[in-house]
Amino acid sequence: MTEPSEPPGRWGTARPGRRDVLCGIAAVGAFLAADLAALLTANTWIGPARLTQQVFLDGFGRVFGRHPGFRKNHAKGVAVAGWFDSNGNGRGLSKAAVFAPGRTPVLGRFSLAGGNPHIADTPTAVRGLGLAFGFPGGQQWRMAMLNIPVFLDNSPQGFYDRLIASAVVAGTGKPDPTAMAQFLAAHPETARAMKIVKQHPPTLGFADSVYSGLNAFYFVNEFGARVPVRWSLTPLQQALPPSSGANALFDPLVRQLRAGPLRWRLMLTVGTPSDPTGDATLPWPADRRTLDAGLLTLDSVETDARGNARDINFDPLVLPPGIEPSDDPLLSARSAVYAASYRRRTGETTSPPAVQVDKVAL
Amino acid sequence: MTGVPGRYTRLTRVLHWLTAALVFSALFIGFVMVNSVSRYAGLVMLHKTLGVTILVVVLVRVVNRLTHRAPPLPSTVGALERKVVMLSEVSLYALLLIQPLLGWAMVSAAGGPVVVFGSLRLPRIAPFDAQLFWLLRQAHSVIAYALMAVIAAHISAVLLHTLTLRDRLIERMTFRLSRTRRARLE
Repeated sequence: MTEPSEPPGRWGTARPGRRDVLCGIAAVGAFLAADLAALLTANTWIGPARLTQQVFLDGFGRVFGRHPGFRKNHAKGVAVAGWFDSNGNGRGLSKAAVFAPGRTPVLGRFSLAGGNPHIADTPTAVRGLGLAFGFPGGQQWRMAMLNIPVFLDNSPQGFYDRLIASAVVAGTGKPDPTAMAQFLAAHPETARAMKIVKQHPPTLGFADSVYSGLNAFYFVNEFGARVPVRWSLTPLQQALPPSSGANALFDPLVRQLRAGPLRWRLMLTVGTPSDPTGDATLPWPADRRTLDAGLLTLDSVETDARGNARDINFDPLVLPPGIEPSDDPLLSARSAVYAASYRRRTGETTSPPAVQVDKVAL
Repeated sequence: MTGVPGRYTRLTRVLHWLTAALVFSALFIGFVMVNSVSRYAGLVMLHKTLGVTILVVVLVRVVNRLTHRAPPLPSTVGALERKVVMLSEVSLYALLLIQPLLGWAMVSAAGGPVVVFGSLRLPRIAPFDAQLFWLLRQAHSVIAYALMAVIAAHISAVLLHTLTLRDRLIERMTFRLSRTRRARLE
């Protein structure tokens, strides 16, 4: 530490005048006030209301109730694992290691949309598949896909407003029809997307569903060529019919995975410069070039538990070199809200998940 | 009043103000990004990049601090305050080292990858463990507020010394201002 130039007294040598004291206090007061105001504004504790991560989490809580320890959306699910066999076809589009010929381990999770982890499966509930290729390596690729061909919203505000409008009204057991009608009138993009979704009715189960990445990304190859790409997984098997009971979709999935591996082809659809990349409600023309990049095999299934896919945040912006985000505003919003949900749930004491793999009858 | 105080070496002063700018940015970007959905992705990358830069700068500063003696404090800093000054300096160094490491470790505990400067991938420094992630994530916030408090105290103390005690304490760390004043005195 510094040596005193001359031994000071216990309290130092200065005897300031009143004016200097006021001057110092005023400067410190002004600095602290500015510091505090900046902190409060940055944290949105003061200032205009904004659509923050906290608002999304509160919205999920309002609509689905509080379910500590579970994902705030896609709460009900089951962990799976397997691998991806690349055939090398994707290399022309992306330099990502996952597209070189060879095998990459994969962790994943099948889920149902919604924040209630104990909801009974219905055929129309949107099905999700989160995947993490090469987890937890430096080149890993994470994604969260749905069994619908386009997404229902093209902005974070649209997603939030739809969430709130879809809240089930106590007593009726259904969403408020006027709230949803008002929402759709204000969000024609969602009304259009819902029409497209209706043209693709859900399949029998998880195993025969097509899962779409929905958002566009840019694939960059070794020569630096950048093209917009959307991807989907197309199933190579039929699904067992739904069982009776609360886990009508999950039980047959678990049975199928126990009996043998399930497979999907990873299909990459290459957009043209005129195709929308910033709006996941808009489909690309059907004649766009599509190529088969390889085979996803899932061969094991586990109850959501510590250390498996339950503890992975399927953040769509965890991308390997060779895949880059597009201008779609939902990507940053998904990343932000997933991270907030992850932080919240990893600090909560959880209860047993609804889908218990070892309790599913053979 | 005391005369012109001794100054830190030029390198030390450059590193100090560089750290100040980096830490100020990293802290406020951190507070903003966790409350912004549309700018989150870009801000997180910037925040991580600032964090790893701070880690490197502070490591250099630790070596620099251990190899260079600080200029003497003016006599307006009493014996008791000298202890506080030492404590505050040690805690600032400690917090500034711990905070980037906590950020790095928490991203690691969530399964990584740790990407800075847009594409530079750092190795993971903690095992994949969601509960460990939560502890590190909480600690990252606690240390952020601790840094805010210690930095506010540091700035307030220098303001009070310079404006109330008129001991020109701030000139130990400044550039042109002290040089012109010194020239005027000579």
